[in-house]
Parts: sequence; structure tokens; C-alpha cells
Amino acid sequence: MSAPAIDVRGLVRKFGAFTAVDDVTFAVRAGEVFGFLGANGAGKSTTIRMLCGLLKPTAGTAVVGGIDVSVDPEGVKRRIGYMSQRFSLYEQLTVDENIRFFGGVYGLRGERLEARRRFVLDLADLRGRESMLARALPGGWRQRLALGCAILHEPSIVFLDEPTGGVDPLSRRRFWDLIGDLSRRGTTVLVTTHYLDEAEHCHRIAIMHAGRLAALGTNAELKGVFASRPIIEVQTDNPVAVMDALDARPEVEKTSIFGTAVHAVLRGAATDPSVVTDALARASLQVRSVTRVAPSLEDVFLDVVERQAEVA
Amino acid sequence: MRALAAVARKELRQILRDRLTLMILLFIPALFLLLYGYALNFDIRNIRLAVQDQDGSSRSRALVSSFVNSGYFDLVASGHDPAAHARRIDANDVRAVLVIPDGFGRRIETRRPVRVQVVIDGDNANTATTVSAYAQAIVADFAAREAAPVGIAGPAGAPLVLEPRIWYNPQLRSTLFLVPGLIAYIAMITAVISTALSIVREKERGTMEQVRMSPLDPVSYVLGKTLPYLALSFASALIIILVAMALFDLPMRGSWLLLSLAIGLFLVGAQAQGLLISTVAETQQVAFQLALLSSFLPTFILSGFIFPISSMPAVVQAITHIVPARYFIVALRAIILKGADLVTFWQDFLALGIFAVIALGLASLRLSREWA
Repeated sequence: MSAPAIDVRGLVRKFGAFTAVDDVTFAVRAGEVFGFLGANGAGKSTTIRMLCGLLKPTAGTAVVGGIDVSVDPEGVKRRIGYMSQRFSLYEQLTVDENIRFFGGVYGLRGERLEARRRFVLDLADLRGRESMLARALPGGWRQRLALGCAILHEPSIVFLDEPTGGVDPLSRRRFWDLIGDLSRRGTTVLVTTHYLDEAEHCHRIAIMHAGRLAALGTNAELKGVFASRPIIEVQTDNPVAVMDALDARPEVEKTSIFGTAVHAVLRGAATDPSVVTDALARASLQVRSVTRVAPSLEDVFLDVVERQAEVA
Repeated sequence: MRALAAVARKELRQILRDRLTLMILLFIPALFLLLYGYALNFDIRNIRLAVQDQDGSSRSRALVSSFVNSGYFDLVASGHDPAAHARRIDANDVRAVLVIPDGFGRRIETRRPVRVQVVIDGDNANTATTVSAYAQAIVADFAAREAAPVGIAGPAGAPLVLEPRIWYNPQLRSTLFLVPGLIAYIAMITAVISTALSIVREKERGTMEQVRMSPLDPVSYVLGKTLPYLALSFASALIIILVAMALFDLPMRGSWLLLSLAIGLFLVGAQAQGLLISTVAETQQVAFQLALLSSFLPTFILSGFIFPISSMPAVVQAITHIVPARYFIVALRAIILKGADLVTFWQDFLALGIFAVIALGLASLRLSREWA
């Protein structure tokens, strides 16, 4: 196996007394789509900024594209692409002017700039809109243009910091298709998000909580924590009463609310799911349905965060 | 170089597209000049004058006419009784009394020295000084025309023959004196504000972070961003000067090269100040206020633009040494009004250069800390 595209060991970043990133270790393979999950303030953006050479680590090492970010941050910058949730384009400039500006910043010119410009226009579906002001573009287009500008110089590693904020679901879906394309062409993508459904598109997912790496694995691996803990979903109009009734049963490990449903996690694979219907009947609670469901990433996320909180 | 050009091209496009900024940079300064040029006028007119003509000759009447025709004096009373004139001054009916001695006309014809007296109400020292200067100029002018040694006598009638010669601005028009100050004032404000805002705007919108993630070095970024504004501010300063030449008869007696050099040095310092502000301020609002305060107040109050530095308290005089506009105004007045050589004001150039270097140094120090 070749060297990892990103190799992070014991990375720490402190701001005064506050530890934003606390001893984080992970590695990302070349061509992998690596998802970073976590609440706001969990340390995702700080980690990314260190990996991009924008912020010096307090301790630990991060090697990106074979370069140690503390040693040669400028070298890292040449090899990576970065795009943030703000789709930082120049609003008073046209689509074409934005592309040419970022091309100039990355030192592209002549044939190569022209080829990459066409590539970005195709990628963002902006052919024929070259002279539109960036300000006038709808969110989804701006997002794709921002991505295009970030990968003009064909970086082998791309960092996307909450790239889908404020964009409609259809555009989000198209955007993830683009990420899939990049990955298939061998580009390594590290993406942060707090949309849990998006994380399902990632090859592997890291969950950050309070600056620490709380869990890391593929979708299936992460969901494996529920292998011996069946999840029962109860559709109800009265979730609070249902949770109270279920929490009173020793067979029920915990309950959490999911919109109009309650998820109850049972202790042990052998536990009979009928304990739930039983408990509801005894409390004479009316429910619409009781079904055993497969764990979602949201179940995993809540579980990880809760356990992390217990440890702390 | 390529990256610098890309940034400069982008910045110029942004400015050209933003009509408002362009207007503010290019034409508002000239508009300012019109407003201030007409409103800020320290000339005193309609000075109420009484005449005590003890000679009554055609020569003495000619001198009185010179006063009235100058446009500054209105003749409101005449008579031979000094006490009556004194009462008029006490009652604020007249501000000045012109006393022409007996034998005035004869002495002129025989080319013997003669003195007239001007009694001026000194209740407002500034006005009195101005009135005195006008009177001296008129008398000197009259003497020149008559080719006679006419002077103004001191209050005690001491035999003192003044020969006031006002150079460079013989009509003592305050506008000519003010225009160089206005150029400094306006150029300072536009250069500091536009530079500070253009960088803080990128911070606010997040484009700065995007650019920082690229291999672009801070020097190319800053130069690329500030050079277009330097060019525009320069054009703006030249427009002001041309407008002043057209509307206020501003003479341009010196070398355009020296003038350009002075403006360039001054603008670089002002932009460095704007840059420094942009490293401190996080929002455009804060940047605007910092820029306005740090450019407008010192330039207006402490530069000698309006208030003469020589009449400030010693402590304040000391402070004016760090106000770049102070040196710029001296250099501008020297070049525009006097056509002076670099020899006479090289210290002011040096001071401007020192200010620019220090401001640039501080700004790059702060910037490199923020950039890394």
C-alpha cells in the first residue's frame, strides 16, 4: 500500500487555555472520501486549517501529500485545494474573471489555464454563463464554481469545509456526485459536514467531539456498535411519555427522539423486542407503529457523543 | 509577479465595476475642493472704514479710493475729529480708521517720505492682523503707483516706514493658501479609507481566507491590492490640482515631477496607514471609523492646513511632527505657490519618506503575523 495522502499523528491545537484539537490521530488513503462529522465547535475546522498550513499545530505532526505542514506550509498550499462553506468568490467579478483570478494566483497560464477553465465551466455547468456576475448565481451554481476554482490547479488533495451549507437538496446531491467523480479520478477528499445523510457518501467517517476523535471507521464499521443492541423505532404523537415508559424498563439501554419517532436501544441481541410493545401496553399508550430498524448514522453519532460525554 | 498581476487586475476590475467606489475615489475629492474652496474663505470683506483726511488733496482722495476700490473696505464715515472716530470704534461702527496727515499730497509731489496711520480695532486679533495686512498692501500698492515713499506710521506716530511685500500670493487670497492643504486632506482620507476597506472587505467576505489557502505570498497580495488604489488616488490628486487651477487660479509655479514625487510619497505613507488599520480591524465599519479618525482629525487640525502650527502650544507642536500631512502641505505650498527647488524642502520629503517606511514596516509586521 502506498503512503497515505494525509497522515496525522497526535495533532494538538490550543488557543490560550482552550484546547480546540486534542491529540487527534488518523490517516487518509489516496483517492479516499474521508468525512469529518461533528457539532459546531468540535474542532473540525481547526483541524482542516492546520492541515492546509494556515494554522500552526501546538503539538503533533501532520503530513499532507508527503509534506509536513509545520515544516513547509507553502509547499502544502500548492498541493491542496480548499473550499469553505462561504463559497468565497469575488461577487462583483464574473464567472470567467473569478476563474482567471484563481488561475493567476495558482500560476496557471496559456493552454493549461484555458483547458482548466473549460473543465471548471463544464464541471459547474456554467457554459454560456461566463459573463454572469458571481453575485447573481444561485447557491448551487456558486458552490460548484467555488469548487471548480479550488481545484483549478488539479490538486491531489481537496479540503471541503462544510461545502453544502445553505444549498438546496438537489444541488447538494449533484455536489456529492462531483465529489464521487473527483475521488474516482484519484483525488483525495477530506470533507466536513453536519448533514448526517451526506456522510453516508464517504468511504470512511471520523466523528469529532470536543476536540477529540471519538470514532473512526467505515459506515458499516461505525454501525457495528449496534450489532448486539437492536434498535426499535416507535412512531407516536406522545414521544415524551413513550420515552418515560421505555426508560423504566431494565431491558432498554436508552431512548432518543428522532422527529416524531422514538428510538429505543435494547440491551443485548437476545432481548425480545416485545418488551417494547409490552411496556407501551402497560402504560396504555397509543402508538402508530413499533418496528425494528437498522441503525442510522444519526444513531451512531448520538451514541458516540453520549459515550464521549460520559467519559469526560 | 504573475500572481501580483492577477491580484491587481482583479482589484482594478472590482473597482471599475463598483461605480460608487470609483466616484468616491475620483470625483468626490474634486467636489470636496469646490465645497471647501468656496466655503473655507478666510478673507475678510466689507471692513467698515472711517477716514480722517487732514490733507483733502487729490492725492489723499486717491488713497481713500484705493482702500474702497480694493473691495475689502467700505467707507462708512469721515471727519476731522479723532474723538468721534474713537467713539465709532468703541461702538463697533467702524473697524479701522485711516488717518491722512496734512501735507500728504505736497510731500508726495516733492518725493519726501510720508506716513499715514491706520487705527485698527484689536478686539479680534486675527481680524486685526488681516486688516493690517490689507492696509499695508494697499498703501504699498499706492506708493508704487505714485512712485513715492508712502508708509504706515505706528500707533505712536514713530517714524517707521513699512515696506510690506507679500510674495507668491500678492492679493493675500486665502484660497491659494488652502488648496495645498485641501489636497493633502482629501488625498489622505481617500487613500487611507480605500486601502483599509478593500482589505477588510476581503476578510469579511471570506475571500481573504480563500486566497491565504493558495500559494500566493502576502507581498504580492498586498501590492496587487494597493497599487490600483495608488494609481487612482494619484489621478484624484491631479484632478484636484487641475480643478483648483481652473477655478481658483491656482498657479503651478514648480516642477510637475517634484509635485508627483511629493504626492506619491505621501500616498504611499497614507496607504501603509490604511494597511495597518486593515490588520487591526475585523469589520468594514470599524475599519472605516479608524481610517476616518486617524486620517481626518490629524490632517485637519494638526497639519497647519487651517490652524498655523506656530501658534499652537509647544506640546501640540511636538505632536504635529508625526502628522505626515504637515510635511506634505509645506512641500506642496513650496512647489505650487513658490516654484521652489528640492533644496528648500528636502527635509519635508525626507520626513514623508520616513513616515512611509515606518508605516509600511509596522503594517507588514502585523500582516505577516496575521497571514501566517
